[in-house]
Amino acid sequence: MLALLTRDLRLAVRAGGGFGLGVAFFLILSALVPFGVGPDRAALAPVAPGILWVGALLACLLSLDRIFALDHEDGSLDLLATAPMPLEGAVAVKALAHWITTGLPLVLAAPLFGVLLQLPPVAMPWLVLSLLIGTPALSMLGAFGAALTVGLRRGGLLLSLLVLPLYIPTLIFGAEITRRGAEGAAIVTPLVFQAGITLAVLALIPFAAAAALRVNLR
Amino acid sequence: MRHLAVHDLSVSRGGLRAVEGVSFTLDAGEALILRGPNGIGKTTLLRCIAGLQAPVAGRIDAAEDSVAYAAHADGLKPALSVAENLTFWSRIFGGKPIEPALAAMDLTALSDRPAGALSAGQKRRLGLARLLVTGRPLWVLDEPTVSLDAASVTAFGVVIRAHLALGGAALMATHIDLGLSEARVLDLTPHRAQPGAVARPASFNEAFA
Repeated sequence: MLALLTRDLRLAVRAGGGFGLGVAFFLILSALVPFGVGPDRAALAPVAPGILWVGALLACLLSLDRIFALDHEDGSLDLLATAPMPLEGAVAVKALAHWITTGLPLVLAAPLFGVLLQLPPVAMPWLVLSLLIGTPALSMLGAFGAALTVGLRRGGLLLSLLVLPLYIPTLIFGAEITRRGAEGAAIVTPLVFQAGITLAVLALIPFAAAAALRVNLR
Repeated sequence: MRHLAVHDLSVSRGGLRAVEGVSFTLDAGEALILRGPNGIGKTTLLRCIAGLQAPVAGRIDAAEDSVAYAAHADGLKPALSVAENLTFWSRIFGGKPIEPALAAMDLTALSDRPAGALSAGQKRRLGLARLLVTGRPLWVLDEPTVSLDAASVTAFGVVIRAHLALGGAALMATHIDLGLSEARVLDLTPHRAQPGAVARPASFNEAFA
């Protein structure tokens, strides 16, 4: 499993791997919104948590179809399916690799982009925490969508439509944690819900995604 | 030791019966070559035996994790070098050393090249070298010699013969003579599914599974 993780990470940082795509998209969005809305703190600060979370979610969505599509094209997926490693494990490792290359950079870069959107400094730790807890669920749900659409040509649109509804709870609670953090309100309830969603997704989705892959490999 | 026993196997592709009523066995040290016209279902049959697809009817008896499958796609990453590609598969399948495999397929000199810079025949050789690092006894090969030159075909024949001598077995779909005079040949033409006489309809689950 470690071999699969290191290979996916290595592929991501080599030419054509798409590493940094998500962060670049996140940066573009965070830089453009102040131009559209105006740099006024009173206008930006209330919408900043929502925009940051929507940006992180869309940035994550951007690279989802690569999770399995390339491995399917070159036959690696067939070979992984016949490998001694369970397919559920392969799914989990590939989702982890996606999170490390897409979700983790977003978490680390978020405070910087928060400044662009006039997010109050007091909310920064909560923004980072909510992304840290929420983005693994985005990667894992995305792996499920990618597994469902793996054999399809131009499956990106279908993938987005399938995955976006599943992203909504994470988006709602993530933005809520950040908003309450900015206001200094109690954040325990959305935080617990967010963590619960992520844990449930991490526990259940590898099995669903592996089942979808098996069907698509036939 | 018996590596594979297939009993009255029927497979379907895209909801249509391909071949049906196929039975054969494969013992240690044996090679079996499947022949038949294009589209009869050789690839589908091999995918079933590799466990990638469920048969419509019949039974496949093979030990768990005994099959090494090689098909048209070699599972190579163009951004990784030859050695990195092979090391990855070796680690996935249990960590056999890659040097003997590289030497057997005459790839040692290319080991630092990115796989994307290889010719079609060299990629194929790398894909076949993967079989050696899996350490699995039963090789299931779908047109293994596509884009190989005559010398490489001979070299691959030697590799297969060495594998058989070590107690392995090989099941191949190929139209090319690999120089394996001892290999048995199974012609699938008589097993072609008859469209008119559908005694056993394609599985109901085909549409939903």
